[in-house]
Amino acid sequence: MSTDAATPRPDKLPWTAHIATYLYPTLVTLVLVVIWEAVTRAGWVSPLILPSLSSIMYTAVVKFPLLMQMSAITTMEFVLGFLLSVAVGLPLGAMIVYSRPLETAFYPILVAFQIVPKAAVAPIFIVWLGTGLSSKVLIAFAIAFFPVVIDTVVGLRSAQPETIHLLRSMGGTPFQVFWYVRFPNALPAIFGGLKVASTLAVVGAIVGEFVSAEKGLGYLVLVANGELDTRLVFACVLVLTLLGIVFYFLIEIIEKLVVHWHVSARQLEAVGGGS
Amino acid sequence: MTASAARVIPIHRAAAQAQEFVRIKNVDKVYKARGGALKAVDDVTLDFHEGEFVSIVGPSGCGKSTLMMMVAGLVPVSAGEISIRGETVRKPYTDVGVIFQRDALLEWRTVLDNVLLQIDVRRLPRRKYEGEARALLERVGLAGFESAYPWELSGGMRQRVALCRGLIHDPKLLLMDEPFGALDALTRDQMNLDLQRIWLENRKTMLFITHSIWEAIFLADRVAVMSPRPGRIATVIDIDLPRPRRLSVRESKQFGSYAALIREQFQAFGLLNED
Repeated sequence: MSTDAATPRPDKLPWTAHIATYLYPTLVTLVLVVIWEAVTRAGWVSPLILPSLSSIMYTAVVKFPLLMQMSAITTMEFVLGFLLSVAVGLPLGAMIVYSRPLETAFYPILVAFQIVPKAAVAPIFIVWLGTGLSSKVLIAFAIAFFPVVIDTVVGLRSAQPETIHLLRSMGGTPFQVFWYVRFPNALPAIFGGLKVASTLAVVGAIVGEFVSAEKGLGYLVLVANGELDTRLVFACVLVLTLLGIVFYFLIEIIEKLVVHWHVSARQLEAVGGGS
Repeated sequence: MTASAARVIPIHRAAAQAQEFVRIKNVDKVYKARGGALKAVDDVTLDFHEGEFVSIVGPSGCGKSTLMMMVAGLVPVSAGEISIRGETVRKPYTDVGVIFQRDALLEWRTVLDNVLLQIDVRRLPRRKYEGEARALLERVGLAGFESAYPWELSGGMRQRVALCRGLIHDPKLLLMDEPFGALDALTRDQMNLDLQRIWLENRKTMLFITHSIWEAIFLADRVAVMSPRPGRIATVIDIDLPRPRRLSVRESKQFGSYAALIREQFQAFGLLNED
């Protein structure tokens, strides 16, 4: 047998390691919440500027049906925008990797497009597509798709030359090289792009609603702000944050399932387990 | 002369026989580089017949890897001709197992699936080869690791998996490019013993690239010594040591005289300076 030792399977972690993962962020959040509540209850800040957390929660409960109704619309916008950014970003990234002329033609335009401030062009999208769902989806897409393209390109290019040589010596076709090597090898990078895109899509949907909308959480923020209903504004932000977090972690869960073999997925064990 | 036991064969041997398995004839490789051309391989002529174990030993960057890539048909020759079983190599030669210094294992496939990659890419029936793959893994001491992922294995174990992947389809020719170069000395010795054992079982035609004089002699029937860039075949030495060879053969007088011969060659290149 070989004389050099294999990496031990990190299946035995001390239970304290798991506890710490959840305990520390919970503790920090709790301390911040207590400070917030104390400061606002003591009347040091006007509730118009910073309402107490409990009153925000109260508003969130009272306005729950309205918030849910608006959440459904905003969620629809950013999820569709995100999916569109994936549907366009992945093939575009692959095309850039596989075709030199396409790369030469598209890359500068892509970069230029990314530098254009999306909030500034949002009104144009509204003019083109109206104030409904499609304009918000397009803005969310426009903001979110750049990291998907870039990370797809980086990922597809990062395959080891040896592995590609190997496939060719097996008689592998270019498609097989893509399917067996380049694509799976790119997945960690692609998921990096998807996670960034998932947060950007939420921003895009809200930007769209700020510019012009009749519904959605961003719209509700504007309305509540106009009525000096700071509590409702905060409640909206709270719900929006929760939506964004849920969406982000959904993608992270998919990532953990798909690229379980990657270094990033076993970092915790490596660090927690020591050696 | 220290090497009374070794016979030095001139480069251009009298009319090579028709049954030569691989014929490398007056092969050049020239790379375009900034400010001109870079000659990596210079007028190499080398034949080997079926079932022969040939090592090529040379300093880093002498073009020995390039030579192997040209034999595999993965890199085109700039001049001259390479033929395998009488057919000129113009595209990747596929009746071959290739093993690189980097094991080129796919991180997302289990050990068994990495071995079976060879079968998948060639569109051979997986069911038929799975038993063979398990048997091969057992033969290299990896029984029980079939469903492990590459990151769980040590460097030596990973290279064993790569070896199995190179053997599973029973190719006529094995090309190995410094396969044990990244392993520690002890693991490397073990790998040399294991490779010899496997080779003795099936006597595949073997081209083994290394920069280790001892490894080259220990394994090969013939050792071709390459000069620094542009790489030429300086001498070809017949290794007349009985098999199976044990590690202690390295302390024998005959082994020492072969090693001295190659060392003297390296010194003549100006690669080693003892003053």
